[in-house]
Amino acid sequence: MAGSDRMTAGPGLVPAVNGALRRVPTWTLYVVGAAWAAWLFWLGLTGGLGAEPINELERRYGELAINLIVAGLAVTPLRRHVGLNFMPFRRAIGVLSFFFVIAHLLVWAVLDVQTLARVWADLLERPYITIGMAGFLLLLPLGLTSNDWSVRRLGGAAWRRLHRLVYPAAVLGALHYVWLAKGFQIEPLLYMAAILGLLALRFRPATRGGRA
Amino acid sequence: MAYRYRSDLTRDDVTPKDVYLNRRQIMAGAGAMMGAGLLTGEARAQDAWDLTPTAYEDATSYNNFYEFGTDKGDPARNARMMTTEPWSVVIDGMVDRPGTYSFEDVVAGMTIEERIYRLRCVERWSMVIPWNGFELADLLDRVGVQSGARYVAFETLARPEEMPGLRVPIIEWPYREGLRLDEAMHPLTIMATGMYGEPLPNQNGAPIRLVVPWKYGYKSIKSIVRITLTDEQPPTAWNTYSAREYGFYSNVNPNRAHPRWSQEFERRVGGGLFARNIPTLMFNGYEEEVAALYEGMDLIVNH
Repeated sequence: MAGSDRMTAGPGLVPAVNGALRRVPTWTLYVVGAAWAAWLFWLGLTGGLGAEPINELERRYGELAINLIVAGLAVTPLRRHVGLNFMPFRRAIGVLSFFFVIAHLLVWAVLDVQTLARVWADLLERPYITIGMAGFLLLLPLGLTSNDWSVRRLGGAAWRRLHRLVYPAAVLGALHYVWLAKGFQIEPLLYMAAILGLLALRFRPATRGGRA
Repeated sequence: MAYRYRSDLTRDDVTPKDVYLNRRQIMAGAGAMMGAGLLTGEARAQDAWDLTPTAYEDATSYNNFYEFGTDKGDPARNARMMTTEPWSVVIDGMVDRPGTYSFEDVVAGMTIEERIYRLRCVERWSMVIPWNGFELADLLDRVGVQSGARYVAFETLARPEEMPGLRVPIIEWPYREGLRLDEAMHPLTIMATGMYGEPLPNQNGAPIRLVVPWKYGYKSIKSIVRITLTDEQPPTAWNTYSAREYGFYSNVNPNRAHPRWSQEFERRVGGGLFARNIPTLMFNGYEEEVAALYEGMDLIVNH
């Protein structure tokens, strides 16, 4: 623990939040995530996502995925620098982001592109799609090993090393977003900046005893 | 000289207002009952020749008008801020009667007719819109195009206090577009002042916009404040942003992929969550009318 460089938000506030967090069972996150995905699909089905629900649903799932990836990357810096402990939820956040990436991918392939031949053609010919898919492939082993059995099987050190694949995956995800935007748009760049910033927090020289 | 083009559809083919207003509720209700959009009985375009007009609600809520924001819903949310009365259009350059024309002056004496056109966005969605407008050729004839003029340049209003999107340099403002003179004089090219028999909503380019149905939607510049006749190809917004992605001509062409996506297919807006992609037509289905304009040109190079 790098308790020395903690900036507490106010006396008692951080412990209070941490205390409250401890009382929230992690399964609630899975329930909320699954319900959210289903709710968005339902909205798409019933006209709630506007005139072009396929693109909208694809975008919403993609944005949720990248938001959760950012949230997952923020867990360690929040604990190290602010003292907030979201650690019990980190796996759920990661699994949910993986889940929304899959949902995003399925809407893209099945509802948007619609044929296997064109999915394949897009993967080969469209760099932002290739990059998005590369990000997904990096996340695949993480999704599959996000369980206690895999942690035991791999051992903590190897498991942690494997799960650092989320760093390049996050950068690829942000690049995918930046690249697909039409014109100079701010939002994708903000995600890229957030992800690079959170990674920089981990990779700065470990002079103060912190661990990446 | 109006009425130089006739589409085979009339106002009777346009979805009546009460039907399109109810459509969402019907969809929602049916979806709720059956749990599947496939079963809602929604009519879907089987191919791009289908000229069933898009629901008014969809055509006025799903828009690209980046001056009001980049989200498709931003124009409908923000465009009401735009003052369209009074409105004037500067017509200048190589014309006999240059000047600042009020909107009323521009439309005075023009024959407003209905044109039901396909609208194909470069982003691969499409609509069918019943426009009300007049042929651009009629306006150009009235102001007198001088003999050396070869291009027509257009400019959209850029009023920061009414257009929040201008704060972000997504493209170079003001939005600019251009046509070769023969394209501008073509009978398919119209200046629209209305759609679905009503004045243009702000998000659709009120009070006056260009409609060039065989080109990608962004060529059909909205809320026009300036028309300039020139002898040089004018700079245009998206082309200036990325010439590789957006050519000056921007004719709808399924054989020329956008560098980031194929243009072989499109999807009609309003088809719901299970809408099928349909093959895009050369020149958006207006090949017979406009192919002659580009005889001998390589349309991949001159995209």
